[in-house]
Amino acid sequence: MRKNGAQIFVEALKMEGVDTIFCYPGGAVLYITDALYGADVRQILVRHEQGAVHAADGYARASGRVGVALVTSGPGATNTVTGIASAYMDSVPLVVFSGQVGTMLIGNDAFQEADIVGITRPCTKHNYLVKDVRDLPRIIKEAFYIARSGRPGPVLIDIPKDVSAAMAEFKYPEKVHIRGYQPTYAGHPGQIKRAVKLILAAKKPVLYAGGGIITSEAADELLAFAEALSLPVANTLMGLGGFPGIHPQFLGMLGMHGTYAANMAVTQCDVLIAIGARFDDRATGRTDSFASHAKIIHVDIDPTSISKNIRVDVPIVGDAKNVMKKMLEAVEEEKATLREYKQGIAEWLSLLADWKKKYPLGYTKGKLLKPQYVIERIYELTKGKAIIATEVGQNQMWTAQFYKFMKPRTILTSGGLGTMGYGFPAALGAQAAHPDMLVVDIAGDGSIQMNIQELATAVQYCLPVKVVILNNGCLGMVRQWQQFFYEKRYSCSLLQCTPDFVKLAEAYGAVGYAIEDEKEVDKVLKKAFSNGRPTFIDVHVDPEECVYPMVPAGAPLDQMVLV
Amino acid sequence: MRHIISVLVENEFGVLARVAGLFSGRGFNIESLCVAETLDPTVSAMTIATRGSEAILEQILKQLNKLINVIKVVDFRDLEHVSREMVLVKINATERNREEILRMTEIFRGRVIDVSAKTYTVEITGTEDKIKAFLTLVKPLGVKELVRTGSIAMIRGEKMIQVSEKEPKGGTDG
Repeated sequence: MRKNGAQIFVEALKMEGVDTIFCYPGGAVLYITDALYGADVRQILVRHEQGAVHAADGYARASGRVGVALVTSGPGATNTVTGIASAYMDSVPLVVFSGQVGTMLIGNDAFQEADIVGITRPCTKHNYLVKDVRDLPRIIKEAFYIARSGRPGPVLIDIPKDVSAAMAEFKYPEKVHIRGYQPTYAGHPGQIKRAVKLILAAKKPVLYAGGGIITSEAADELLAFAEALSLPVANTLMGLGGFPGIHPQFLGMLGMHGTYAANMAVTQCDVLIAIGARFDDRATGRTDSFASHAKIIHVDIDPTSISKNIRVDVPIVGDAKNVMKKMLEAVEEEKATLREYKQGIAEWLSLLADWKKKYPLGYTKGKLLKPQYVIERIYELTKGKAIIATEVGQNQMWTAQFYKFMKPRTILTSGGLGTMGYGFPAALGAQAAHPDMLVVDIAGDGSIQMNIQELATAVQYCLPVKVVILNNGCLGMVRQWQQFFYEKRYSCSLLQCTPDFVKLAEAYGAVGYAIEDEKEVDKVLKKAFSNGRPTFIDVHVDPEECVYPMVPAGAPLDQMVLV
Repeated sequence: MRHIISVLVENEFGVLARVAGLFSGRGFNIESLCVAETLDPTVSAMTIATRGSEAILEQILKQLNKLINVIKVVDFRDLEHVSREMVLVKINATERNREEILRMTEIFRGRVIDVSAKTYTVEITGTEDKIKAFLTLVKPLGVKELVRTGSIAMIRGEKMIQVSEKEPKGGTDG
């Protein structure tokens, strides 16, 4: 059947099973939005293109499906860059469609022209400029495949206006064949054997699990593997939810704001098993003292992650789920050694248990309401059954520390890029994917203002996201660094004018509540969680509160500033 | 340490930008770069000369492999290979040194490809070392301009760098 490029786009989305797209229109995508008119794909019109990409990202993280955004050329396209870069750093599968000026105008500095393929080359997994409408079905098929396979990531497709209008025969390819792209899913059997041998000889093993657990849907395998070997588990920020937050073997998050037990464990261990983690500087601290006495096993689907920051002894390129299954099989063949191994690690496990007991995460209550308390209450009221988005900064770290994530895909946070303004639109995307779940964005008064315009989107599409604003009147994490390392010179970090968030929410047609006192926390949260509407909860918290423990940048992980 | 890497890529627009962007974005250095179509017109070969430690070279190879448009990456370090570079040198030709330039060119099996009243333009092809030696010798004579192609390389004997599709990229053991 002959169709124009725009109709091909719509048909291809259906073939890929896309039910929702996040979009913002413009001149270059008018044929495409026209083809979407009345189409069986839900279109959520955001209020800023950055919001569209973060929403698609939140949709993807919460659902495991590929998130899709559509924007116009020029500024529409450049506004997606932060969203795309965020998704790229956190390995989130997205396909972003941008309009482009007509092919005859490309390179002429035409109205609303930007070389978005050039601009996004370093922050996409791959990108395309469609020069001929006949290539469009193949390119869309490839883009979805590339986005979700291997180490997932964002793919951008730039469609010139005349290509969206040009006619071609529509036949959606059944298979993808890219000769330069064949991800490795099965781990090398010899390496897996070596790894298991190394673990069974360990006296002080630790498992360090990252976002790869979530991506490869390997939480069950991780639990089985960790339990079979009694391994203590430390999570990265991206790995939270990949291992039950209340499990006795769970050490908590490691890194700059990690728990004492997790940081000491990775510093002193003799075998470190890293799975789906990439030894990010916020996780490792100073690299030459990170797990410096340990043999390191690293399982990752992306070969570039291996031995990039830390030299690895047993590299295994493969999918976390596959590799852990195979490792578990290998362990089960070693019943006799396993008994000996467990006796051997008993002392280590009791040391870890002591650390956990002696140095738990904590805070001191005072006259003013503490942000940590609010997050504890959110956890208690939801029992880990909500989807929690965060912004970036103190709100993000407190959430990672005090909310006990129980299941994969329940935390949405910009880990790698650290994008303020991510959480709220991401929460809207997650809500669109899971209309019946409670979705909460834990925000600061700084970061919520970076994409606050999406309140209109929330109201228009009845996406009843709850935004808990930990309002401390400043850019808290910056202020904290200035307090510790810049002699309390609070430069550019105090928000001396902040809107009345309650009135603001109401002005948009949403609900606004304020909390000043600890006593109101439960009552207001309960009311908000059950009102069925988009809601802002403005919580006035202690402006002086800091995130502890803290490892100063560039210091070894065992040199934590405790409370 | 200097390495010559051969990268087989899809012969499409934008691929050179991806490879060059990878090097600049990650702080890797390119000493020279040659790109042209291969026997198979859908494939281009890039020959890149670069410098870096073992760890950096490992990252370069892996990062190149990660690009979707890159079909194959070969580090010539592990292979018996031949490499050549061509250089064009415009040299001051005075009455006193004309003979000397010709002699030198002959010794290095080069050719004079252009002559003017005051200059000779000489073409020399060879390994990096040979070219370096030639340039050192003619420099005192007065080199006015210099253009180099950068190295290209090929495996010795019957072995070839081929597009093989079966092996997953990046190997299986990191």
